[in-house]
Amino acid sequence: MKAELGGPQQVEVQTEKSPSSFSIMWRELVRDKLALGSLILLSIILLIVYGSSLILDKEEIVKVDLLSIYAPPSSEHWLGTDYGGRDIFGQLIIGARNSFTIGLAITLITGFIGLTVGLIAGYFGGVVDNIIMRIIDFILVLPFLMLVIVFVAIVPKYNVFTFILIMSAFLWTGKARLIRAKTLAERELDYVSASKTLGTPDWKIIVREILPNLSSIIIVNLTLNLAGNIGIESGLSYLGFGLPESTPSLGTLVSYAMNPDVLQNKWWVWLPASLLILVMMLCINFIGQALKRAADARQRLG
Amino acid sequence: MLKFILRRIVIMIPQLFLLSILVFLLAKAMPGDALTGRLANNPKMDAQTLAEMKEKLGLNDPPYVQYVRWIKNLMQGDLGISYIHQQPVTDLLSERIGNTLLLSACILILSYIIAIPLGIVSGRWTNSLADKLIVGYSYLSFATPLFIFALLMLFVFGFILGWFPTGGSVNIQVEKGTVDYYISKINHLILPSLSGALLSTVGTIQYLRNEIIDTKIKDFVKTARAKGVPESRIYSRHILRNSFLPIAAFLGYEITGLIGGSIFLESIFSYPGIGQLFLQSIMQRDYSVITALVMISGLATLLGTLLSDIILSAVDPRIRIE
Repeated sequence: MKAELGGPQQVEVQTEKSPSSFSIMWRELVRDKLALGSLILLSIILLIVYGSSLILDKEEIVKVDLLSIYAPPSSEHWLGTDYGGRDIFGQLIIGARNSFTIGLAITLITGFIGLTVGLIAGYFGGVVDNIIMRIIDFILVLPFLMLVIVFVAIVPKYNVFTFILIMSAFLWTGKARLIRAKTLAERELDYVSASKTLGTPDWKIIVREILPNLSSIIIVNLTLNLAGNIGIESGLSYLGFGLPESTPSLGTLVSYAMNPDVLQNKWWVWLPASLLILVMMLCINFIGQALKRAADARQRLG
Repeated sequence: MLKFILRRIVIMIPQLFLLSILVFLLAKAMPGDALTGRLANNPKMDAQTLAEMKEKLGLNDPPYVQYVRWIKNLMQGDLGISYIHQQPVTDLLSERIGNTLLLSACILILSYIIAIPLGIVSGRWTNSLADKLIVGYSYLSFATPLFIFALLMLFVFGFILGWFPTGGSVNIQVEKGTVDYYISKINHLILPSLSGALLSTVGTIQYLRNEIIDTKIKDFVKTARAKGVPESRIYSRHILRNSFLPIAAFLGYEITGLIGGSIFLESIFSYPGIGQLFLQSIMQRDYSVITALVMISGLATLLGTLLSDIILSAVDPRIRIE
């Protein structure tokens, strides 16, 4: 009799597995209408941008046409033309593609460095941690924007890769500090001590046991950073110290507004690019905020 | 406490040293040296005199000798000579630095004026409509890049509506020292400082909101309420008192953001400050000015964080580093 009752109960206990952090994130994202809308809008934008950049004739876009300088929007040029008679819509697509790709590249590189350094510093502690943290503290107090501009100005053979490297050299620090703090807390927990007692090698504890527990924080941080990096890149390109001229960015289009006449009278040159940057950054941020709530059980919508 | 301050200052010394090394190396890495700029104005100079001048200026000395000399000059306030403007860098900076300080101060004050009431409302009436709007605004301002926002502000209020001047720091036709002069100065400040301030409120709002939400359920607040203290007094005397000092202390951490922000704002509003000077010097390759600006900004950031760390630890002993 007892055994019969116990049977189904045990089955019930087994089926109630706690949901994985990814399914929690997905659920939170779908519940939050703003974040879901942002995700859909961003996907559409990216599909259009990457899709049409494959089809678009790049020769056609960079071709200077002196007969249609600063032409307002028409059926031939959807968003008009710039000072060289070049099609703004085509430049917008190429610029958005470059800005997003480079923002993503910087995010992934800084994510990888930050994660590695943070995990090592947090897990091993001691002298290693001390040295790493001093370096991070130092980089964090540097005037970031000024130094990036100086580096961009003096680096010989400047190209997209050097730009990504310069940016990454500064931007990994915040992430490393965050991951280190979380690893430090995680290290003290029982499962790590248990694993250590069992003789699991350190790298296995770090990669197989601690890393999965940090995954939600990492995803949130990477998402919010992606938005930030797109902003910094287009801002630097706006000032003229971002992507080199051969790879136009959304910021390059906005920089045409430095000419007061363009800013005042030729909105089609700079306004679409500005709004596209704004929309992309808002979308990514809203998604990031929803993920952030998912990572923190107290703030979840349900 | 004294021990903590001393320890904190000791930590700063290697940072200061590293910063100076970095700036010195950057200055060395910049193509051309102090002579190239000077020679540009005097094409008649031959190789013999060039070598002599190089020797005289100490450009042939080993790097560490040059470094020590540079540091010595720096400490005496000698930042070198700008070869584009043909005047000492210190003179050039003193013309501009006042404008940037004024703009930064306006941004800070405005952002506190906006953020503190919003933070209080948002924390006191959590989940109300006002709270939701304020949280929405802080998300938006967090996500919006400064240069886009400033550009849109300039476009809408400067050009379309024409309410504010679109560039400069003062109307040059107005005589200096008159009332009109100061009015014109303020008028030129409104748009850039508002653009900066509206986007830099998010930290203060969120901090205040969280503090109030955490504090308002604490026992001492309940006690005060039970004693019959009016609600407004509970907030002004009991809850907010603890939250304001840290907000003031964050000021030092804001300096990095303000320096970065001034580069964008001064470029967009053609405001003659050090951010604009920095960009111009980079384009004209005026290296002595660039080096001086990077060094000063780095120093300001270092001192800012030092100040903030000390104030914060005085307020909250838990965060003192051991």
